[in-house]
Order: sequence, then structure tokens, then C-alpha cells
Amino acid sequence: MTEHLSGFGLGMRRPHYRSYIDGTAPVDFIEVISENFMIPGGKPLDTLLKARGNYSLALHGVSLSIGSADGLRDDYLAELKRLVDIMEPAVVSDHLCWTRIDGFNSHDLLPLPYTEEALDVVCRNIDRAQDALGRRMLFENPSSYILFPGAMTEWEFLADMTRRTGCGLLLDVNNIHVSAMNHGFAAANYLAGIPMDTVGQIHLAGHVQGEHLLIDTHDQPVPPEVWALYRAATALAGAVPTMIERDDNIPELDELCAELDVARAISAETAGERIAA
Amino acid sequence: MSLLAMQRDFRDWLVTGEDAAAAGLGGGNGPAVYQNNYRTALVSSLAETFQRLALWLGDAAFEAAAARYIDARPPSSWTLDAYGEDFTAFVDGLYRDDPEVAELASIDWTVGQVFVSPDAEALRPEALADPGAVADWETAVIHPMPSLLVMPIKTNADAIWQALATGETPPPAEAVEDGTALLIWRQGLEPVFRRADVHECDVLAWSAAGDGFAAICERLAATLGEDAAVTTAGTLLGRWLAEGMVAAVG
Repeated sequence: MTEHLSGFGLGMRRPHYRSYIDGTAPVDFIEVISENFMIPGGKPLDTLLKARGNYSLALHGVSLSIGSADGLRDDYLAELKRLVDIMEPAVVSDHLCWTRIDGFNSHDLLPLPYTEEALDVVCRNIDRAQDALGRRMLFENPSSYILFPGAMTEWEFLADMTRRTGCGLLLDVNNIHVSAMNHGFAAANYLAGIPMDTVGQIHLAGHVQGEHLLIDTHDQPVPPEVWALYRAATALAGAVPTMIERDDNIPELDELCAELDVARAISAETAGERIAA
Repeated sequence: MSLLAMQRDFRDWLVTGEDAAAAGLGGGNGPAVYQNNYRTALVSSLAETFQRLALWLGDAAFEAAAARYIDARPPSSWTLDAYGEDFTAFVDGLYRDDPEVAELASIDWTVGQVFVSPDAEALRPEALADPGAVADWETAVIHPMPSLLVMPIKTNADAIWQALATGETPPPAEAVEDGTALLIWRQGLEPVFRRADVHECDVLAWSAAGDGFAAICERLAATLGEDAAVTTAGTLLGRWLAEGMVAAVG
């Protein structure tokens, strides 16, 4: 049975598998990278099935390549559908980006120009993916290091995309901060332009300062400026399922759960403020 | 510039690192970040997949081989785990005089494939204890587990691999008897492997081709004699059952 995602979760990473299999991790849901489990069988699928028995699940893809000018791959969609049918996740998501062209796959989340042409391509691909999966998807705003000349801002693109396709947004607050700093726009303007009623999930993560740009590394604790932006986002969006992505330099589970408690506290505070207002 | 043209320029930049391709991406510091991400992810993927090979070659030699592979073979699969599919053949070309190198790579790769191979329940030895368990032994075909792969070897790469995997000092590379192969399969959720001689490999190949138990004994008899053939076939089946290598007999 497909469940509704709610509460606070973590990305399920290998060092903590035992706690998810046992059901002792104090989280409401888990998220995994879809492609890691789009496999014939074996221990990874067995582990996820056991964890799935204890937690609601979000499948988060990195290779759908929703922005590819030459369309989506049938074999990818079929494999993703197979995993969705097995796991019955509460959420299936990917990124507003492209990773593949002409049979080349970059394995990186590459930026799109925010043009009418790109919007048409993305919307056509989203329609096809949602039809193939038979369900609504969420798409995450990317962090980026290149800003193409375009007719619209990223938030305008996202708003049009959700309106035209009915998809939802996975709002990555760290990515907003990274891109805002790299491209010189105001994160507050970004949040103000997002249709908050379409936000189905929020990601929190850390980043590092590179030589010239902020780099979205997912290997650091959530920094104060991202917490501040999360507060602003929840003030606008209300209670949205929220999770922390930590992909490298992974600490003990307790440390991640303590960070998640900060998210819980901020969400509760902004909920109180909304009620008071 | 159209979206398709931009994406092809971006691909060219990632694959070649040539400044001309980056110019179409607006210049600045951003393209270098993506170029670094691209190569770092591919090197990391190869290092994860070919852990024992990397230990055998050492970091510098492994990273040099990985860099040449990345230049020669841009990734095409949607899963990063598949990127190393041609790496064994590639390092074989780089280390022609050291056949254990490609064999180590092949073991790394094959163990990874077996790890995520389709699930199946192994036939328990006691399932054949009942005299009626197999209707007709003459025609009964042995069906190995779907995870089973047979890998011919010319060196003791398996012993080197095991030593590297357990942190022991690996033995020097040396040749093994002609016709030796590794059987690699999954016991439950864990990949395992061991050596097999030419007779065992023959029996597996004949089984895979659909030969029944009687036909296998007959073919074995051509080289071992009739009595030894029946004994060998029975012993192999018993061992395979005990090792969880058989999915069905019938």
C-alpha cells in the first residue's frame, strides 16, 4: 500500500543499514537513491525490503535526465517502474537537470537553461515519466555552477513546470543557498516565487566553499545559513516532510538524528508562529 | 543555441576538457566544477568496483589506468555501477605480460555482478533424499543457481584476491593448471568462489546445454572410464548441493 510521506527522515546510507533493518532509527521515513536498487536481486534489495517494512520510503533518482533534449530512456523507465511496484514508495523524485545525451551519461546533475524550449522539453519528459510510472513525481531544484542566459528565473521555470505537468517539487534548501550565492540572486525572492502548495518534500544538506564557488557536497552538517532558509521556507510552506542528505563523511546515526531534531524544532516553531498569526 | 546543441557541447567539454567546448557554456569557473565532478565520480566508481585490483596495482598505477579508461570510454549506462563493464579488457591491454591483473579485475567485476544477480532458492541436499524426488535420473537435468558464473583462469588471481580481501600479504602471481576455472555464485546473499577443474567445468557446461544425468555420465566415461564417471558425477552433484549451487534437478 502506498503511504503518504510525513514527518522527518534521513537518507538511508550503508553505515546505518542495521538500524533501519531493525527499525530502531528514530525517523519517520527513509530515502534511497533509486538507481542503487534498480538491480535484479541480492543483498541491497533484501536490505531495502526489510527497511521498507519499518519506514515509509522515498525513492530519489539521479539518472532520469528529465531535461534531455532527446527524451527519456524506455529501459530506465521500465526498471524504475519495477522498483516502484516492488517498494510502493510514498514519493518518487528526481532532479530538474539533465544527465544524458546521445547515449552519453555524465553521472552528474547538469544545469539547464531556463528557456521556453527547455521548459517544453522538461514538461514533455515529465508527462512521459508520470504516465509510465502511473503516479505524480517530485522534482528537486538543483544546485548549479553555471547560469545560462534565459528568459526566466529558476523559480519561474519551476512554477510553470508544476502548473503544466501537475508534478510536485522537492525543495532543496541547501541548493537554493548554493545557487543564490554562486549566481548572486536573493534566496528570499526564490522562496517567494515558489508555489509552496506543490512542495511535497524538503531536503537539507551541507556544502563547502570551493576556490571560486560554493560546492554542494553533502559531506558537512547543515550550516546556519541553510537552517535560516529552512525556517523561512517552512514559514511559507507549513509542515512539509523534511530530511537530511548526507552522502560523504557520514557521521554516527545519533549525530544525524540530532540535526534532524533541529529541523523538528524549527518546523514546530514556524507552525506555532503561523497559528499565532 | 538550441538545448540539444548546448547539451552536446557540454558532453564534449566533459569528455575532452577542451576549452573550445567550454566556451559555449558561458566560460567562468562553473565548467571546471562539472569537469571535476565528472571525472571524480568515474574514478570513484572504478575504485569501488575494482577494490582488489587497486590494491594489487597501487593507487598511482590504478588511477593512471582509470584516467586512460575514462578518456577512452565515456560512460553510457544510466547506472554508475555498470561503468566498469569494459575495464577488465582495458587493463588486459595495458598489462599484457601480467595476466593476473586482468583476472583480478574480472574477479572484482564478476563478484559484483553475482552480488546483485537474480534471487533464487537453492535446492537443499535433503530434498533429493526421497527416492521419488527425481522422477527419472536418466534424463534429469541439473539446473545451477542463476547467479553461477564460470570464469576460466590462467593464474592464481583467486588466491591473490582472497589475500588482498582479508588484508594478508598476497602470494606472487603464478600460473595454474590448464583448464582451471573459478566458479562464482551466491550462497544466500553473499558471493563466494572456488576453483574447479576441467571435469567439473565440463559437467557444468553440459548441464547448461541440457544434458541429463545419464548423458553426462556417458560423456565423462569417455575420459574417466565408466565407474569413475558415475562416481565423479555423483560426487559433483553432492558437492554442489552442499554448497548451495543447485536450483533444481529434474
